[in-house]
Amino acid sequence: MKFLKFLFAGTVFGIVMAKSEAFSWFRIQEMFRFQAFHMYGIIGTAVILGVIGVFIIKKYKLRDFNGNPISFFSKEKSVVRYLIGGTIFGLGWALSGSCPGPMVVNIGYGYLSMIVVFLFAIIGTYMYGIIKDKLPH
Amino acid sequence: MLELIKQPWSWWFSGIMISTIMFTLIYFGKTFSFSSNLRTICAAAGGGKFVNFFSFDWKSQLWNILFLVGAILGGFIANQFLSTGEAVQISQNTIDDLSKLGFAAPIAVQPEELFSTEALFSLKGFLVLAIGGLMVGFGSRYAGGCTSGHAISGLSDLQVPSLIAVIGFFIGGLLMTYVLFPLIF
Repeated sequence: MKFLKFLFAGTVFGIVMAKSEAFSWFRIQEMFRFQAFHMYGIIGTAVILGVIGVFIIKKYKLRDFNGNPISFFSKEKSVVRYLIGGTIFGLGWALSGSCPGPMVVNIGYGYLSMIVVFLFAIIGTYMYGIIKDKLPH
Repeated sequence: MLELIKQPWSWWFSGIMISTIMFTLIYFGKTFSFSSNLRTICAAAGGGKFVNFFSFDWKSQLWNILFLVGAILGGFIANQFLSTGEAVQISQNTIDDLSKLGFAAPIAVQPEELFSTEALFSLKGFLVLAIGGLMVGFGSRYAGGCTSGHAISGLSDLQVPSLIAVIGFFIGGLLMTYVLFPLIF
């Protein structure tokens, strides 16, 4: 039962992705063509509020619902993995018009072709796991 | 009220909601990072027996799998109860650009040319979906995160690695849109 809140949060996330149209291939194309503010507005608003919120959490050392201090872990310093990995992700994002979250929202919405996209995303992650140690990080 | 929810949501309300979801997860001691689920699924499927990267306590990530199940449910609810069924309202410039590549103007959420059953069972259509998914899955793990982990969570924490990753997302996205799309479509 303690997981129910995450199921609920995910449901809200799915509804937001659908109703914001951020899960549409068309919206992603519009974004990469810089022809509308919509996607930038969504991500920009979330990031600006996020920056303010994280700042407040750190400044007032806020705690989570278990009473533990909320900590943020710095990602390891590197350029190569973020730039190359990010570029490969971006190629796939523009082609399929979807990042991992919106893929499953599409499946729920009824776009069953997205099951194929999502299965191959899992395979892609598995392939990364296999050759990880041979890649520059 | 329901009529209002059924309309497409504004960018600012959607942005507020995404931020709220991120802080809800933080409050529950977790992080907003969707692509981690792909690794968890590999681990839960037994990948740890063959590949070290998938040998970890994946059960500690069950909360995120529940989040994923919720996202599927959310998509279903949005379609069944919260939709007017109208087409995505993208800009006329995008419609014009896409028509040159052979895509009809939106009549729903996704282009029929890519997501219809017909497209899926054509060789090219299948390859587009498969390779697209493959690159998203490979790239997100290589970069250590996707849109939620880097663009939302990472940038909110002013993490330089996340900024580099987001720059990468755009290099890849622009390359695909402007260089590869004319070759593929």
